[in-house]
Amino acid sequence: MSILTFRNVSLTYPARTGRGGTGDKCVLDGINLQVASDELVAIIGRSGSGKTSLLNLAAGFLTPTSGTITVDGAPVTGPGADRAVVFQDDALYPWLDARDNIAFPLKLKGVPLAERRARADALLARVGLADAGDRRIWELSGGMRQRVGIARALAAEPRFLLLDEPLGALDALTRTRMQDFLLRIKAESGAGAVLITHSIEEALLLGTRVVVLAPNPGRLTAEIEAGFNAEILNGAAVADVKASPIFKRMHAGLTGLIHAGEEELAA
Amino acid sequence: MILSTELDVLPIDAKDTEPARATRPIPTALISTLTVGVILGLWGLASAYALVSPVFLPSPRQVVIALYNLVVKGFVDATLAEHVGASLTRIFGALIASIIIGIPAGLAIGTSRVGRGILDPIVEFLRPLPPLAYLPLVIIWVGIGEASKITVIALSMLPSIILSTSAGVRAVSKEHINAARSLGAGKRQVLTEVVLPSAVPSILTGIRIALGAGWTTLVAAELVAATSGIGFMIQSAAQFLVTDIVISGIIVIALIAIFLEYIARLIERRLVPWASHR
Ligand SMILES: Nc1ncnc2c1ncn2[C@@H]1O[C@H](COP(=O)(O)OP(=O)(O)O)[C@@H](O)[C@H]1O
Ligand SMILES: [Mg+2]
Repeated sequence: MSILTFRNVSLTYPARTGRGGTGDKCVLDGINLQVASDELVAIIGRSGSGKTSLLNLAAGFLTPTSGTITVDGAPVTGPGADRAVVFQDDALYPWLDARDNIAFPLKLKGVPLAERRARADALLARVGLADAGDRRIWELSGGMRQRVGIARALAAEPRFLLLDEPLGALDALTRTRMQDFLLRIKAESGAGAVLITHSIEEALLLGTRVVVLAPNPGRLTAEIEAGFNAEILNGAAVADVKASPIFKRMHAGLTGLIHAGEEELAA
Repeated sequence: MILSTELDVLPIDAKDTEPARATRPIPTALISTLTVGVILGLWGLASAYALVSPVFLPSPRQVVIALYNLVVKGFVDATLAEHVGASLTRIFGALIASIIIGIPAGLAIGTSRVGRGILDPIVEFLRPLPPLAYLPLVIIWVGIGEASKITVIALSMLPSIILSTSAGVRAVSKEHINAARSLGAGKRQVLTEVVLPSAVPSILTGIRIALGAGWTTLVAAELVAATSGIGFMIQSAAQFLVTDIVISGIIVIALIAIFLEYIARLIERRLVPWASHR
């Protein structure tokens, strides 16, 4: 069991100088958060609330201005394969086919060609793309690309999956299917996950916990145990879950919380 | 690369805006063919009616015969194939040299501030210089042999290879780099597995431009200082006023240049089919 911990993490972007320059911008303030490997923590918040910044801190692309981020007690000092990122616009490599994209983290580790291709093929099958290994990235649909992106992250055998609105660019039907897919693949992988989304429904369906990030500066203002994902994994129909009174109540509650932030801003 | 996609896109746009019952426009290829035909016709007429002395303008027939003789018998101790071979050897020798030097130099400019500081002034000095301006100096330094010609050609190719490499490196997607780092790539691996591959289309474009520049330099260098090669052949023919050989040589130079460009585009398309899908 691994644990990813944010302890009192703040982030300030330095002032931009020159024309159109701004003062120092405090984007995240006093973030405390723990994510265990049996969890999927969904972070919701309006656009510009600092969700991507939070994830980039966990990934090690950014360093906190103050506070610490640790994985199993060891401070995060930069990006690493223990925290694999899945990007909103996939960030797949167009010079590689689907199989070699998935095999990429294995190549970095020095796994021999035949073995990494075999392992990539196994992952392709796991994400339901057994026949797509030879395809070029631009020949894949948005949903397929995200599957490849997720498979590539899994190939790194990370302790945590960091997902920055991975389903944000998909159409509604594909998105519903991908939510189910994501839920199962995450459960199978045994990795912890941080999922950023701006869909309250998605956060509730997928998250073991849902945390709300309020903007200006970004703070975690609410946290609820969702637990619908366990029901879905145990076979409950998503439609039934969404129709249940408790789901509706939580949805309304979260909507209110996010809305409250807006009013506060307007006041 | 950019040019070819523009050309691909234009006709589609044109089709969309075309009125449904418009008469079909004359194909551009036909217009070009006609132009070439008219020029050849005027040339034929001019020499048939002896409007110009054959010393200045031999007839098309004479040029064809001269070309045939060049292929079969040759001129100044070598056949056409041997002259062309000598020229091509020089240009590909220079190309290899400039790739070996230019790509690492471009990487250094694109990835490191120090590298840019050191190499930028050198490239910017070299780039606008006409190669023939430094040919005499190169001859003083490395002698009149093959080395001086290859050096000059390579120098004329270097700037476009260096600049296209550094431009390609600088255009690499930040997200592609971050993805690699979060999947476990070290600094070196980011360079070899992400930065370099994504710069390949730009590098290939640079090589194509370099080939054009190099071919121009080569012919000019051979006109000045050589004992073989297509440029030397023309220069020798001109000294004896063998105008049909001169014209044949010019035609061969143009054909080879077109052929090199064609091969380069073919390689681009085969090697980086993804470049147009980014
Ligand atoms: N590199 C940066 N420099 C300065 N400000 C930034 C930078 N990146 C993001 N910001 C600002 O930080 C805030 C949060 O951005 P982000 O983390 O992308 O939010 P979200 O992902 O929730 O939309 C925004 O107001 C944005 O303008
Ligand atoms: Mg974002």
